[in-house]
Amino acid sequence: MVKEIERAGIPVVHMCTITPISLTVGANRIVPTIAIPHPLGNPALDKADEKKLRRQLVEKALNALTTEVTGQTVFDK
Amino acid sequence: MSKLRVVHYINQFFAGIGGEEKADTPAELRVGEVLGPGMALKANFGDNAEIVATIICGDSYFAENMDKAKEQIIGWVKEQNPDVFIAGPAFNAGRYGTACGAICEAVQNKLNIPVVTGMYIENPGADMYKNKVYVFPTKDSAAGMREAAPVLAKFALKLGNHEKIGSSKVEGFMEGKRINFFAEKRGSERAVEMLLKKIKGEKFETEYPMPEFDKVPPNPAIKDITKATIALCTSGGIVPKGNPDHIESSNALKYGEYDITGVMELTSDKYETAHGGYDPVYANERPDRVLPVDVMRDLEKEGKIGKLHNKFYTTVGNGTAVASAKKYAAEYAQKLKADGVDAVIMTST
Repeated sequence: MVKEIERAGIPVVHMCTITPISLTVGANRIVPTIAIPHPLGNPALDKADEKKLRRQLVEKALNALTTEVTGQTVFDK
Repeated sequence: MSKLRVVHYINQFFAGIGGEEKADTPAELRVGEVLGPGMALKANFGDNAEIVATIICGDSYFAENMDKAKEQIIGWVKEQNPDVFIAGPAFNAGRYGTACGAICEAVQNKLNIPVVTGMYIENPGADMYKNKVYVFPTKDSAAGMREAAPVLAKFALKLGNHEKIGSSKVEGFMEGKRINFFAEKRGSERAVEMLLKKIKGEKFETEYPMPEFDKVPPNPAIKDITKATIALCTSGGIVPKGNPDHIESSNALKYGEYDITGVMELTSDKYETAHGGYDPVYANERPDRVLPVDVMRDLEKEGKIGKLHNKFYTTVGNGTAVASAKKYAAEYAQKLKADGVDAVIMTST
């Protein structure tokens, strides 16, 4: 699905836990996430900390969208 | 002749431990036990081989702890010293197929023990590992076990007995793993024959089909994110509570488009996941964990992004055909474009 969105001319970032699959499928901007059943959360944290974690991940995604890339890039920093 | 020793790898589901709620089961070794699909393999082995141990690992556990799980499993396989290692078959279970491929590759490369696995051609594990290990095509569901078991068992015996392995066309595994062999006719002769057939308009078969590369180059970056309209999309199956469009929990036949005007966060009383391929407890408790509407609204309020698009697009990426997913996204990408969306965040579980 990311490829079709990219093909339509819209920059897209893929946030997922199993990054090798994302690379195989052909996403260009990839942000690794926490876990399969809760990619953007961690139920072990309290509500405020969990939201902070989610925000950090989304900010990474925004950073990926504003970064020029020439090929597949995993934003894991 | 003594029986060949086989070690078999399966996931928590085929071991009878449980479904998604048990997908975080750590790896375990069961010496002397034959479980689930192992019974079908055993029936096909007859007196030629025996499964000396079964290794079980939860699909999510493997995906999230790949290095640790691999190391542990390699240790156990080494102890059991099998003549051949079989994983799966995984059919169309994505994490399972990826695990089967990864563990086969590790056993083959680290222990030099022959390996074989099986899965559906669209399983993401197939593309990832078919050029590294022998991967046999199976049906997309466990209904294909009856056909898959004899194929895997027969090939495993061949491997275990160090018989000569032919090309993918001869043996039936997925094209990708290269086998060296001497052809009966030399290359120039084969090329001329092929050319003559082509000129005559006859059917001919290439010896090197071009792989299908479908790479889409990245679009330029967003210049000013504080002015950009950003849409959220997901394959994680987030839908309004009650799943009004009845998006299928696996092999989804549609996608959903839902208006989130004025929605500040996704709460458990109004949203849930329709996905049947992961433990839904965490997503149902707080759907923002899959589709981060709460954080996007904060960023919008603070002026860090232009705005969050008022619609999100969702489907269930669980055994869903690649062709379907492609069609859905191609369609809603045009809607996103028409609505002036500048960028998309796609989340996957």
